[in-house]
Amino acid sequence: MTKKQKLLLHFSIFTATVAAITMTMVATAAEIVVYSARNEQLIKPLFDAYTKETGVSIKFVTDKEGALLQKIKAEGVNTLADVLITSDAGNLWQASNLGLLQSVQSKTLLHNIPANLRDPLGQWFGLSVRARTIVYNRNKVKRSDLSTYADLGQSKWRARLCLRTSKSVYNQSLVAMMIQEYGEPKTEKIVQSWVVNLATTPFPDDNRAMSAVAAGQCDVTIVNTYYYGALMKKVSNLPLDIFWPNQGVGESGVHVNISGAGVTRYAKNKAAAIRFIEWMSSEKAQNLFADANMEYPVNSMVQADPAVAIWGKFKKNSLNVVKAGELQAAAVKLMDRAKYQ
Amino acid sequence: MLLELKGVGQSYSTSTVLRDISFALKPGEIGCLLGPSGCGKTTVLRAIAGFETITSGEIILDGERISMPGITLPPEKRRIGMMFQDYALFPHLSVIANIDFGLHGQSRDKRKARVKELLQVVGLERSGHAFPHELSGGQQQRVALARALAPCPRLLLMDEPFSNLDAELRERLSLEVRDVLKQEGVTAIVVTHDQREAFAMSDVIGVMGEGKIQQWDTAYNLYHVPANRFIADFVGQGVLLSGKMIGTNQVEIELGILDGRIPNSQELCGIYDGCAVEVLLRPDDIVHDDTSLLLAQVEHKAFRGADILYTLRLAGGGRVLSIVPSHHNHAIGEKIGIRLEVDHVVVFAASIGNSMR
Amino acid sequence: MKQPPALAVSKPTKSGFAAGLPLPDGWICVITLITALTLIPVAVLVSSLFAPERDIWMHFVEYQLPQLLTNTFLLVLGVGLSVAVIGIALAWLTAVCDFPGRKQFSWALLLPLAIPAYVTAFVAIGLLDFTGPIQTFTREYWGPIKFPEIRSGGGVIAVMTLALYPYVYLVARNAFLTQGKHAIEVAQSLGFSPTIGFFRVALPMARPWIVGGVMLALMEVLADFGTVAAFNYDTFTTAMYKAWFSLFSLQAASQLASLLIMFVLIVVMAEQQTRTRVRYNQVGRHSVQNRIQLTGKRAWLATTFCSAILIFGFIVPVIQLLLWASEVVRQDLDERYFNFLAHSLMLGFLASLLVVMAALFLSYGVRHKTNWMLRMMVRIATIGYALPGAVLAVGIFIPVAWLDNKLVTAGWIHAPLLEGSLLVMLLAYLIRFLAVAHNPIDSQMHRITRSMDEAARSLGVTATQLIALVHVPMLRAGLITGAALVFVDVIKEMPITLMTRPFGWDTLAVRVFEMTSAGEWNRAALPAVALILAGLVPIFVLTKFRLK
Repeated sequence: MTKKQKLLLHFSIFTATVAAITMTMVATAAEIVVYSARNEQLIKPLFDAYTKETGVSIKFVTDKEGALLQKIKAEGVNTLADVLITSDAGNLWQASNLGLLQSVQSKTLLHNIPANLRDPLGQWFGLSVRARTIVYNRNKVKRSDLSTYADLGQSKWRARLCLRTSKSVYNQSLVAMMIQEYGEPKTEKIVQSWVVNLATTPFPDDNRAMSAVAAGQCDVTIVNTYYYGALMKKVSNLPLDIFWPNQGVGESGVHVNISGAGVTRYAKNKAAAIRFIEWMSSEKAQNLFADANMEYPVNSMVQADPAVAIWGKFKKNSLNVVKAGELQAAAVKLMDRAKYQ
Repeated sequence: MLLELKGVGQSYSTSTVLRDISFALKPGEIGCLLGPSGCGKTTVLRAIAGFETITSGEIILDGERISMPGITLPPEKRRIGMMFQDYALFPHLSVIANIDFGLHGQSRDKRKARVKELLQVVGLERSGHAFPHELSGGQQQRVALARALAPCPRLLLMDEPFSNLDAELRERLSLEVRDVLKQEGVTAIVVTHDQREAFAMSDVIGVMGEGKIQQWDTAYNLYHVPANRFIADFVGQGVLLSGKMIGTNQVEIELGILDGRIPNSQELCGIYDGCAVEVLLRPDDIVHDDTSLLLAQVEHKAFRGADILYTLRLAGGGRVLSIVPSHHNHAIGEKIGIRLEVDHVVVFAASIGNSMR
Repeated sequence: MKQPPALAVSKPTKSGFAAGLPLPDGWICVITLITALTLIPVAVLVSSLFAPERDIWMHFVEYQLPQLLTNTFLLVLGVGLSVAVIGIALAWLTAVCDFPGRKQFSWALLLPLAIPAYVTAFVAIGLLDFTGPIQTFTREYWGPIKFPEIRSGGGVIAVMTLALYPYVYLVARNAFLTQGKHAIEVAQSLGFSPTIGFFRVALPMARPWIVGGVMLALMEVLADFGTVAAFNYDTFTTAMYKAWFSLFSLQAASQLASLLIMFVLIVVMAEQQTRTRVRYNQVGRHSVQNRIQLTGKRAWLATTFCSAILIFGFIVPVIQLLLWASEVVRQDLDERYFNFLAHSLMLGFLASLLVVMAALFLSYGVRHKTNWMLRMMVRIATIGYALPGAVLAVGIFIPVAWLDNKLVTAGWIHAPLLEGSLLVMLLAYLIRFLAVAHNPIDSQMHRITRSMDEAARSLGVTATQLIALVHVPMLRAGLITGAALVFVDVIKEMPITLMTRPFGWDTLAVRVFEMTSAGEWNRAALPAVALILAGLVPIFVLTKFRLK
């Protein structure tokens, strides 16, 4: 045998072994399979706690939402996934739209989760609230100068605004909700006025936008609160403060999105999957779920992490987050038209 | 016979490359395929080696039929050595490893001894550990020869073996290689377009043209008794002068009447007297003779060391060539005496507008 | 007369398997199989063309494509030119000249290969943006100074150049080593200065290799999403991601991908066309005995130039990553990192073996000059490298899941088996990285002449022995280069790894993804450092066996 043939032989033996091992791993009882777009470091502790409590083991893969949806779709009736977890409402709406999820009747879920943070059809449920708010440089901005998201388009903010890219799903849902509230033409004007006020090219993530505000490159930005929390925890002396916009009478409140979950249409362990989601909405799990990332719990019986609660109470937008999905494409196109990169 | 080709042909739907190639070689004989480029000589060689398939006829080596239409014994099973025009030495192997390459399956001692023997034969004892790119062209050529000879092939094929070398080296090496082949008792076929190489190396030569063997003969006969106009043209120098047949054994040309055996007179003219023909005159057929009354004017001369090749114009306008010892130095335009000394009268049918030099 | 013992039947071929030997039928089967495999995702993507997405297209054509195409064009042009110039300059200096540090530079300049471009990107932005340490420092001491914007076209081009020039450097260096000095001598003998000799002789002689390297770099540029996203620099790939992730139309994304495929194919074919008209045979081995000695100012310049590239392309990013990683190493480093590392190394190793073997088969297909269908298919088979990973990943996953479902329906298996198996993962890497291995192997293949094959055959070796005794040794450099490049690329790869990995098979790249997708750039530094360490393994092998 030549060297090459030997190599080939070793290689095929190896592949066969590995394939055999994966095969045996596929079918074991008392486990559920989760496809998660929420990061591993945020969900793994929760899964471990659940396994410890119930004995049900959880297998999971993480990936981007779009990829996970296509994966479930391609797998069809033989999908491995029982539960899909995402970090926004739009993709859950799209999953439901593609027929990848199934409706769930659960009193526990209806009880634990406010109506505007779950699918009217019962196909998916919010598990934590992600509030998108204004963060400003307290050395350069008077709190009283701030009021609404739309206000950031005023000329007084010329060259003082930093934004994350429009490719961020949270900006897309923010604009989607604004479309729902104001209609497209007005929203487009607002977004255009933001673009005019930009101090620099949009950033790829909220952290950099906030760092720019802290460093004085600009004075104000729109971010999710948990990024603010994480940043302040790491560098406590930053001159940043949080402001809750749209709180006035007749105003819609702070834009919220969710991180949530749904049971897949062809879940093999439907009952176990529902029990798992119910558990995640329960009081003890809610703190684990939300606090892990300094988000707000969906379950109104549960208090937010003290480090989060300190930012104060605020009025949340009460529109159903399903709109974030329905209007996402319109929002993206609108932002493209407004040249918001 | 060691090698026999019987009616070998190769043709594709669009073209015919070889037609009816037949020849045979005795053990130890060195044959040569000579011809202009594109005449198919390399294809014959490659067909013998097993790299080309044939569409008619058969090739027999040592009594074993190795090629026939549809069936080709793979090259590695033929025990036929081959030397390539570009030597095709393996650049990743040393000289020794190159020569050793074909000796697989023999004992280590035997291989070592054989490689050493061959290094000696080709005179490269001191370059055994060198790599091909570190050698001169002539040295690479010898390595290629040694490599091809190493497994004691039943037959050695050489494709334009000296064409990459300069003229002087070429002549020296071709004699050297012939000595090596004879010493090793190797039967071989050389393909070349260079007649001097062919004359120097081979016992027997096949001149090829248009996919056919035009004449399979000794060098002497190819030169002096060419079978057709193509051979006369391709092998050696010479001119054709027009003449008239007288009877069947004589032909009259401007310079006089030539006597001799003219085997093809019957087929050229039948029994007719005075039929128009052309006569081949080699430079050595025309001898310079100061005493001769027959005069020709020097039109062109080429000094070649020992002799001078004169191009002479005859009174009637015809031109002939003559080789003259070089101390007979005549100026261009001078008239010198010549004399005919023709041993082989070669006659071809007259053609229109023929101007052969 | 004896009857012949064993006669092999062979078809009459005019020039045959460029080797004069007919390509065995089994080989054609394998080549066809590999090509067919790689064509599946392409077919999946191209099939999208039959279901138009009119709304999205009208929107894109009006508001996106003009800008994105301009951006992409500028990026391709900028990166193409600068990787060529830098790669060639470094290759020439280290292959033909001599100056202080040359020996060390000749291997060290390959190190940036180990750093994924998206990592260089987040380091560059972290360091050089308004909020980075450099601008902060100067602001504090000298007040506001206008710095050039790092998050700009120029910034992306610079970062990608630093990450991708090694592709050109590697191949150009090899070309110059074998013929560079000789080319200059030829030119000088014809009365040209060494400078003119470089441009008129050495460079044109090395052209096919250089073009091959530049093409690899540009395919990676076209496929890239991570780097341009860090800069918020929108390219054609951004449009694909936008269509799929934001507008929920995988259909439109696939259509865009199909256009990209066609574009790349046309370019590749055109390049092939100009290349096949000229026959480039590299002869000899490394023949640089006496190098051009650079002295004084020129030596100093050469050392500075090489140092600068090395510092910005490798040393600075690594130091910054180490600093970041040291902040989180206590919190994040746990025993799972052994697994991540082991998975990365194992995938890199297995994939490089598989891909190199496949590429070897393919280059025999290309060698088979008479079969233009085969040659064409091989061209298309290497297209996977130009496609954005996520799009290719879904193009691979859909047919795999389809097959799984068919097998389940047929009752052969009771649950999907192929998806999430290492085999499919490796095949996906094969489809993605075939070009990376094919290029270096193919260019070595040109050095094996037909008469070498015939000489070996006439010396009594079989086709298999021929490959083992002549081809593999002669292709060695190409095989090692191909394997090393694939190895490095596989461990850096994200979207395919994410989509096809078996449960629990997280790698270092997956780790980087988990952190960066949450915007935690600093925490991503830890797996990134580990990733770079893993990437040093193949680079070490490469320098050890290739550059000696």
